[in-house]
Amino acid sequence: MNALTSLMNLVKIQGGVHPPEHKQESTLRPIVALPLPKELVIPVRQHVGNLPKVLVKPGDRVLKGQLLAEPEGNISAAIHAPTSGVVRAIEESMIPHPSGLPDVCVILDADGKEEWVPHQPISWKDANKSDLLSALRKSGIVGLGGAAFPTQVKLSTGGRTLVHTLVINAAECEPYITCDDMLMRERAMDIVRGIEIVQSLLGAERTIIGIEDNKPEAAEAMRLASESASGDVKVKVVPTQYPSGDARQLIRLVSGIEVPADKRSTEVGVQCFNVATVLAVYRFFEFGEPSISRIVTITGNVRSPGNFEVLFGTPVRLLVEAAGGALPDTNEYIMGGPMMGFSLPSETVPVTKAANCIIASAPNLFPPAPQAMPCIRCARCADACPVRLQPQELYWFAKSDNFEKAREYNLFDCIECGCCSYVCPSNIPLVQYYRYAKSEIIAQDRAQQAADLARERNEFRLLRIEREKQERAQKHAQKAAGAKQEASKSEASDAHGDAEAAKKAAIAAAIERAKAQKATTVVKNTDDPSDKLKSEIEEIDKRRADLGLVENAELSQSGTQEKE
Amino acid sequence: MTRSPYLTNAPSVSVIMLKVVLALIPAIFAYVWVFGGGILVVLSIATFVALTSEALMLKLRNRPVLPFLMDGSALVTAWLLALSLPPLAPWWLVVVGTFFAIVIAKQLYGGLGYNPFNPAMVGYAVLLISFPSIMTHWPAPLDLAKAQLGFADQFHYIFGGLLPDGVKVDGITQATPLDYLKTQLGLHRDLQDITHESIYGKFGGHGAELVTFAYLLGGIYLLQQKLITWHLPVAFLASLAIFSEIFYLVNPEHFANPLFHMFTGASMLAAFFIITDPVSGPTTPKGKLIFAGGIGILTYLIRVYGGYPDGVAFSVLLFNIGVPLIDAYTQPRVFGHTK
Ligand code: SF4
Ligand code: SF4
Repeated sequence: MNALTSLMNLVKIQGGVHPPEHKQESTLRPIVALPLPKELVIPVRQHVGNLPKVLVKPGDRVLKGQLLAEPEGNISAAIHAPTSGVVRAIEESMIPHPSGLPDVCVILDADGKEEWVPHQPISWKDANKSDLLSALRKSGIVGLGGAAFPTQVKLSTGGRTLVHTLVINAAECEPYITCDDMLMRERAMDIVRGIEIVQSLLGAERTIIGIEDNKPEAAEAMRLASESASGDVKVKVVPTQYPSGDARQLIRLVSGIEVPADKRSTEVGVQCFNVATVLAVYRFFEFGEPSISRIVTITGNVRSPGNFEVLFGTPVRLLVEAAGGALPDTNEYIMGGPMMGFSLPSETVPVTKAANCIIASAPNLFPPAPQAMPCIRCARCADACPVRLQPQELYWFAKSDNFEKAREYNLFDCIECGCCSYVCPSNIPLVQYYRYAKSEIIAQDRAQQAADLARERNEFRLLRIEREKQERAQKHAQKAAGAKQEASKSEASDAHGDAEAAKKAAIAAAIERAKAQKATTVVKNTDDPSDKLKSEIEEIDKRRADLGLVENAELSQSGTQEKE
Repeated sequence: MTRSPYLTNAPSVSVIMLKVVLALIPAIFAYVWVFGGGILVVLSIATFVALTSEALMLKLRNRPVLPFLMDGSALVTAWLLALSLPPLAPWWLVVVGTFFAIVIAKQLYGGLGYNPFNPAMVGYAVLLISFPSIMTHWPAPLDLAKAQLGFADQFHYIFGGLLPDGVKVDGITQATPLDYLKTQLGLHRDLQDITHESIYGKFGGHGAELVTFAYLLGGIYLLQQKLITWHLPVAFLASLAIFSEIFYLVNPEHFANPLFHMFTGASMLAAFFIITDPVSGPTTPKGKLIFAGGIGILTYLIRVYGGYPDGVAFSVLLFNIGVPLIDAYTQPRVFGHTK
C-alpha cells in the first residue's frame, strides 16, 4: 500500500461500530455456480419502482435471457428468464421482502437445456449515450449492493448535472457478507472494464473505488486491475468501520465531499455504484447478458459457508443445501447482513437481485435481545450514530408519539443502520421505534394530503353552488326588471336602471371577493403541507433506497440513490 | 419482519453500574486508611436502605423488582451519597439521606432513567440544609486526631453517638479544610499561614487528598473503560482550575491556588462520579462541556463567597434544571446539514 492509501486510513467515519466481521468463513472457497434448479419462482418486481409489465403467459416456452417483463414507467426494471423452460404460472407468491407480503411471480419449469436467446453485444465505445441508456433499460440491471434501484435511471443524469466523480462502493461494511470481496478477488479486470463504461456514460473525470481495509486481497486485485484502466481510476482503502458502505458516508470518506442532506449526490457531482453492478453493466454490453444471476454469500449456521453464483428465482433452500446444509439449531434465515437485514418468511423464497447474502441464524449466533430497560441517557447511541443524530431523543419522541418533535430532530436523516441499537446498554430496539415513527408520519402526511384535497374539492363545490344561486337570482332580477320596464314604457327610468347596475356590480364584486378569499384559503391549506410533505416523503424514499430499506416500492419512485 | 440489527454488543446497565462501584473501591481503601473503618459502616447502612427502599417502591409502583434491583443504580446512588457524608455520620442521617435520594429523587420521578436531578446530590443537599452542623464536622484524619477511635468505637459512635470514656467530640472532629480556610480567611489571616497548618497536606486537606487521588484513579479507570467521556471531568476540572487561577493571580494572599481547589472537597468525586451521572446530565458533547464548566465555576463561587463550605451539590442540582435547555441548544451538526 502506498503512502497515500495509508494516510487515508486516518480518515474515519464519525461514530459507527465495528462488530465481529465473520467474513473469513465464507471466503475460503472460490465462487461456485449453483446447479440449475428444476423450478424457478421469479418475482416480477425485484427492484425499487413500478411493477413491470409481464410479456409471457402460462404455457409459453422461453429461452434463457428472454424478456419476461418489461419496465413500466420511469423507474422500473426488466425481468429476464434465468434459464430456458416453460412458464407454468404467473401468480402471487412469497418473496424475500421486509414487508413480508407476496408479489407477482413467474413460475418457470426449467427444461435443463440452458438454451440462450441470441446474444446481442453492444460495442459501447462507438454507440451514442442515449442508445446505450435505452439498451440498459432492457438489461434488467439494478443496484446489486442490496438497494436494487434501476441502474439505468442512475446513469441518466439528463445532462442537468455534471458528475465529475464516480465512487465505486466496495466497502462491504456489513459483517458476514463477502460476495463483493470474492467478486473483486476473482473478477477484478472485468469490474474495471465495467468502471470504464460507467465512467464514460456519466462523463466523470475520475473513479475512486472505496474498499474497507479488511479486504486486502480484493484491494490489491483492484489496484492491479485499475492500472489497466483507460481513465483515472484509484483504489482508496478505508478503515473497517460499519456503516462506511452507506453511499453518503463512503462518498465523504473517499472524496471528502459531504453530500447535503436535502440533495442527491449527483447534485454535487458524485455518483455511486456497487462493484457487482458495474460488472453486470460490463457483461451486458460485452456479451449481451441481461441480469439473470448474482453472487450470493451463504453463511452463518451452515456447514460450509461460501459464495455462489445463483440464478434469480432459485429457492434459498438450494443455496443452503449447496453450503452443506444448515446446522440443526438453525431457527431462521436472514437476508442481508445482521445489522440491516431482515428475516425471511421461509427458505422456499427465491433469490432475487437484492439478495447479497443469506445468513442461517441460530440462537447462539444472534441471541434474542434481553428485556429492554429504561433509557439511562448514556449517549452511547449518539456517539455511535454516523449521522450525528441524538437517538435517545428520537427514541423518546417516537415512544411518546411526538412525531413533530421527531421530525424536528431529523428523524428522516436516520439511515436505520442500527449502530445505536447495537451499543445500547438498555437493549432498547431503537431502530424499530424509528421505523414505526417514520411510517406513522408518512401515513399521517398522506391522510393530511387526502383531507386537504377533499376539503379543497368541497370548497370549490360550495363556491359553485353559491355562484349558481347568485346567477339565478340575478336572472330573476333581470327578468323582473324587464317586465317592469315593459309595463311602464313611458317611464324610462334611468335611475332605476342605474340602481340595477349598481346592484349587479355589488354582487359581482362580492363573488369576486368570495372567490379570492376561497382561493387564498385553499392555497394556505394545501401549499404548505403538500409541498413540504412531498419533499419530505421524497427524502425518506431516497434515504430508504440509499440503504435498501424500501418497505414499499411505490414509496420510492422518486429516490435515485442506492446503497451500492 | 424487520427487526435488525440482530447483533448487539453493549455492557448491560448492571455491568456499567458495577464498574462504577468498582471504580470507587480505591477511594474506600483510602478512606479507611485515613479516617478508619467507620466509612464501611456508613456504606453498609446506605446500601441496605437504598436496596430495601428501592425494592419497596418498585413493589408499590407495580414494577418488576428483581431486574430493577439488579441494575445496580440504587447501589451507585447509595455509595456516592455515603462517600459524600462525614465518615462518622450518625446512622439516622445516612438513613434519611438515602431514603430521600432513592424514594423522592428517583422512584417518585419514575425510577431509573427518569430522575431529572442527581439522586445522591438531592439526598446530600437535603441533609446539608437540615443538619448543617453535623454535615460540616468531619472527623480529623487518624494521625491528626487528639483521640484515636478503633473500628468498634467508630461503630458505636455511628449507632449510638457514644464515645469512649474521656474522649470529647472535638477530640475527634475538625472543620473541613475548605470550611476552615473560609473561616480563617474571614479572620483576615494570610492564606499562606493558614495552609501551613497541619490540617493541610501537599495539595489539599491532609489525608483527604489521598482519597481525592483515589477518586482520580477510579475516574481514569472509568475513562479507560469508556463508561464516561472526557468532556465532563475535563471541563469541570478545567473551569475550576482556570477560575481559581484567575483569582489566585489577582490576590494570592487571599485565594487558594488551583491545585488546592482541585484536590480538596468533593472536586474529584464530582468530576468523575457525580456530574457524570448520565440520567440527570446532558448528552451532547458541547452540552457536557457547558454543563461541567458551569458547575465548576459555580462550585468555585460558592466555595469562595457562598454560605456553604463546598458547592458541588448545589451547583449540580442547579445545572440539572438546565439540562433540557442545554441539550436542546447544543445539538451537533447532523451529517449533510449546514448547521
Ligand atoms: S444507548 Fe440506550 S440507554 Fe444509552 S442513551 Fe442511547 S437509548 Fe438511552
Ligand atoms: S439507526 Fe439512525 S439513529 Fe441509529 S445510529 Fe443509525 S442513523 Fe443514527
